[in-house]
Amino acid sequence: MPALVIAQHDNRRLDPATLATVTAARVLDSAVDVLVAGHGARAVAEEAASVEGVRRVLSSEAEHFANPVAEDLTELVLQVADGFDAILAPSTTFGRNLLPRVAARLDVAQISDVVEVLAPDTFKRYIYAGNVLCTVRTKDSRRVLTVRTTAFEKAATGVGSAAIEEVPAPPRTGLARFVRREVHRSERPDLTTARIVVSGGRGVGSKENFQLVERLADVLGAAIGASRAAVDAGFAPNDWQVGQTGKIVAPELYIAIGISGAIQHLAGMKDSKIIVAINKDPEAPIFEVADCGLVADLFKAVPELIEEIERVKRERSAA
Amino acid sequence: MKVLVPVKRVVDPYVRVRIRADGSGVDIANLKMAMNPFDEIAVEEAVRWKERGIAEEVVTVSIGEPKVVETLRTALAMGADRAIAVQTEVAVQPLEVAKMLRAIVEREQPRVVIMGKQAVDDDSNQTGQMLAALLGWAQATFASRIDLSDGEAEVAREVDEGIEVVRVKLPAVITVDLRLNEPRYASLPNIMKAKRKPVETLTPADLGVDPTPRLEYIRFEEPPKRQAGRKVESVRELVEELVKRGVI
Ligand SMILES: Cc1cc2nc3c(=O)[nH]c(=O)nc-3n(C[C@H](O)[C@H](O)[C@H](O)COP(=O)(O)OP(=O)(O)OC[C@H]3O[C@@H](n4cnc5c(N)ncnc54)[C@H](O)[C@@H]3O)c2cc1C
Repeated sequence: MPALVIAQHDNRRLDPATLATVTAARVLDSAVDVLVAGHGARAVAEEAASVEGVRRVLSSEAEHFANPVAEDLTELVLQVADGFDAILAPSTTFGRNLLPRVAARLDVAQISDVVEVLAPDTFKRYIYAGNVLCTVRTKDSRRVLTVRTTAFEKAATGVGSAAIEEVPAPPRTGLARFVRREVHRSERPDLTTARIVVSGGRGVGSKENFQLVERLADVLGAAIGASRAAVDAGFAPNDWQVGQTGKIVAPELYIAIGISGAIQHLAGMKDSKIIVAINKDPEAPIFEVADCGLVADLFKAVPELIEEIERVKRERSAA
Repeated sequence: MKVLVPVKRVVDPYVRVRIRADGSGVDIANLKMAMNPFDEIAVEEAVRWKERGIAEEVVTVSIGEPKVVETLRTALAMGADRAIAVQTEVAVQPLEVAKMLRAIVEREQPRVVIMGKQAVDDDSNQTGQMLAALLGWAQATFASRIDLSDGEAEVAREVDEGIEVVRVKLPAVITVDLRLNEPRYASLPNIMKAKRKPVETLTPADLGVDPTPRLEYIRFEEPPKRQAGRKVESVRELVEELVKRGVI
């Protein structure tokens, strides 16, 4: 039986997290369908139909799917679930909110945040804030999984042409209603998919000082992250938090500025390819994972770093 | 209004766990234990509702080894009124926990269940959503602000895009994030008082739930180790290194 991937999207575009989830689904099963629930989301359904390895797209249009609540989406997933023996969603706040509700209704023990598929019933996932890697086998014949999107390549788009089938939307449950979303708009790359991430911690000291982190990010074309302490202190918005309870990132370059390297923070970034740490405390645990550690006062080092990178860039474009 | 707060006993989040040499499990026998930090925030919120007259009674429940009673005492010392310990030696998993909590909800009839969004040991982030599903209730997950009114709750949720505000009908399950509040430390008089508060003891069988897990954790290993770090002496050296590695 095929696998079903529940698409995350904003009614305009497929979220890249969906593409990584498709890749995980393809390891499980050769036939992968994608469910797109939206409002005016035809373009998303078409994009999903073009994803490598997708057999069929199930499209469900309804006003209450413009910003769907888990209560309503669950009814839709259950309506189509019979045809699938694996149901997957990305381990984003979207998938984490939705999928356990689906799993409980199907009486399946969900496996969260899968980083590797070893066999159709056997998976790897982290516990204890990334400190222990476990192999988990399920006794359920059906599998309900959320997928750590940094652990799987993104499936290519624009290659396939799967059929799109309409699925009637179940009525609203009336249990919950979307009110609004307060989105922090930015021209910067998305934190979870950026090639470079520059993160600031408590050491940055204030919201004003955080502009230093932002300036460095901008000369590098990077996304911005933050530690929990920096978010709690109001230096940075919550959606910048990297870690056990924030976002998991794995960029080519992660620059940690004024971050001590608590295990809960490392849980969110230690799969980055190159880690740079700038911290004035030579004993800070972040140096144990940093490929390049600079013991320095960030208020001196970061402006210098910005200048030096600008110089390198100037020389490059002159050459 | 009655509020139910499930709490989990976990290894203290600042303690490093060790994997047994044969990879068969994680050795937590002698480690410092604590209430799951997210659950502490849930207890705090419920107690504040009680102090503001929004809640009449705060009932706390924990499922696990007999020592969960210690964790329940902490919740009682923070201000919960009474506690239920569901004792089992089985390492219960989210689906079975949700089923036991459903049985408790059916007995206790709370208007709101408030609990942590995830436990810091297994990091599953499932139980609250599963409980809401089994009860057919609304769910408001990852809450950083909760406004309770008559038959509804308006909840600000921490999501990947920023903050999402939803309105849920009561009864509902609310799972909380770290920025909802700062939990209090129990005062000594309150710790003493908590010792006299009632703790009821049950078993999974009393609730009609088979606690046997469906997921088998068959192997435990250290995550891939990173190369020990190298230090650079100056910003210039740092940039040279990054250029050499082709990242900038
Ligand atoms: C349940 C739970 C979940 C958590 N989840 C997360 C999570 O998702 N993400 C997360 O990040 N944390 C999380 N934490 C918090 C985590 O334990 C740490 O408290 C947090 O990561 C610390 O942030 P920090 O490194 O910015 O601050 P600190 O630990 O205070 O470190 C600040 C660092 O800045 C350095 N510094 C200060 N001034 C300067 C200067 N002028 N120049 C250079 N360096 C300087 C200091 O030497 C220090 O190393 C969680 C904790 C718990 C209990």
